[in-house]
Amino acid sequence: MEFEKLERSAKNIRKNLLKAICEAGSGHPGGSLSAVEILTYLYFCEMKVDEKNPLWDGRDRFVLSKGHAAPVLYATLGERGFFAIDEIMSLRKIGGNFQGHPCRDKVPGVEMSTGSLGQGFSVAVGMALADKLDGKDNKTFVLLGDGELQEGIVWEAAMAANHYGLKNLTAVVDWNGLQIDGKNDDVMTVKPVDEKFRAFGWDTVVIDGHSFRAIQSGFDFAQKSGKPVAIVAKTHKGNGVSFMKDNAGWHGKAPNREELQQAVLEIEGE
Amino acid sequence: MNKKMATREAYGKTLVKLGAEMRELVVMDADLSGSTKTGEFKKIYPDRFFNAGIAEQNLYGMAAGLSLSGKTVCASTFAMFATGRAFEIIRNSIGYTKANVKVCATHAGITVGEDGASHQTFEDLALMRTIPGMVVVNPSDGNSASILLEQVIKMKGPAYVRLGRAGVPMVYDEDEPLKIGKATLLKEGRDVTIIATGIMVNEALMAEKELNAEGISIRIIDMHTIKPLDEEAIIKASRETKGIVTAEEHSIIGGLGSAVCEVTADMAPCKVVRVGQMDTYGESGAPEELKKKYGMTKDYIIDAVKKVLN
Repeated sequence: MEFEKLERSAKNIRKNLLKAICEAGSGHPGGSLSAVEILTYLYFCEMKVDEKNPLWDGRDRFVLSKGHAAPVLYATLGERGFFAIDEIMSLRKIGGNFQGHPCRDKVPGVEMSTGSLGQGFSVAVGMALADKLDGKDNKTFVLLGDGELQEGIVWEAAMAANHYGLKNLTAVVDWNGLQIDGKNDDVMTVKPVDEKFRAFGWDTVVIDGHSFRAIQSGFDFAQKSGKPVAIVAKTHKGNGVSFMKDNAGWHGKAPNREELQQAVLEIEGE
Repeated sequence: MNKKMATREAYGKTLVKLGAEMRELVVMDADLSGSTKTGEFKKIYPDRFFNAGIAEQNLYGMAAGLSLSGKTVCASTFAMFATGRAFEIIRNSIGYTKANVKVCATHAGITVGEDGASHQTFEDLALMRTIPGMVVVNPSDGNSASILLEQVIKMKGPAYVRLGRAGVPMVYDEDEPLKIGKATLLKEGRDVTIIATGIMVNEALMAEKELNAEGISIRIIDMHTIKPLDEEAIIKASRETKGIVTAEEHSIIGGLGSAVCEVTADMAPCKVVRVGQMDTYGESGAPEELKKKYGMTKDYIIDAVKKVLN
């Protein structure tokens, strides 16, 4: 399999997103690192996109509903060649294009401006509905955080996706178990995630969100389903960096230069 | 010209008309398609109508998604739930992305009547006009609603159109040359200018008749577009008449009255007296009774004009 190539891309994405956050002095490393494999697989294996023509009519769409993970989206788009990766080092800087949360007008490949949780999922449902209405076979993918599932609009959107039979829509839940104030289970219980989506008429599959093989099987399952599919990806917040892993404290804190150096060494040494 | 029509009726008819020529037009609702009149469109173009159910946030989120995939979307519910419940979705998913979504909300203001305070919105113009790039329109009658809606739906970008439940007298003919962003001068006068919007335009016309009989010369401006605001018409009124009365079926905080005061304060100070809902909730009752009780009739406009002159 070509997973070796994907592993290499994932390492680059990890390093680059951490560099950008370090350079910015603020940002969200934890929830970016937990989604690296998911985005890598989407942009290098699953989705039809053209980095030379980001608005190509035949493209699949990806909406980062957990918009605070902007660094992983920017690093992935850069790795895929939508722009030079160095550009993302202007992350969160005034006058720059790489906003703290994604803005579709500013960065090629960003389909939707997000940041307010739950908002992107609802928009993704509308995009999938438009494709269905037009008889197109394009697909829409959306990444949600687990804490994000506490937003009411998520379930309004989930209900609508089932009602309108949007089998062209795949949601991935980055289930790292942590949110700003601590564990989901302590803040506001969201589990059982897969049962909730099933109750809303979706097909679901639970996978290891850091294994490319598992991610592949998840998207293969989604391809074959006749319903909207929720891929519940078990992940670790801060994955790939020992001192960030499973630590809610790294939800929204930038590494300093020393920490970045250590993180990069760990990622390269993996 | 004395035939009555609700602006929501004009909305339903306009959707049906435009549905034929605009294949990209999609209409959405949140379980109120009979009341908002989007049901008229649904009857003829069922494949281009989507109900979001009683879920206003998702209504506007989905509308944004459809529009970012090339559709022109009119998404309707009552003004209270559109602009209140879904404000942040309209701001972030529609305003920020410049999505081609028209928030056409009905049952605005006190004339919702018997449903009472929970359904009577006085905050919608204030909320919508703070969103950058949002066009905000408040037609005064059925004919102007049809004319302005067609322009709004055919222009690119986000817009809010305020529509009412109750039948209102016609102010305009069917073929008036109205234009979004350009205030309509309904009557020239030299003493006081009444700047009215929505159903208060007709009250202003009635007030003028009585004031004219008393020898007071009134200029009447229909400010059907709250944003972009016709600042020139306001500055002219400030300079050429002794003061301004604003009249709206909306809170005196944040709507037309505030918008006019912002312009006069910045560029042409003059006395301004605001007529509208006085920072209070409404209650159940017949529309005309409520307008009287809560200060939104010709008589209040007449008092306000006299305040300007004294």
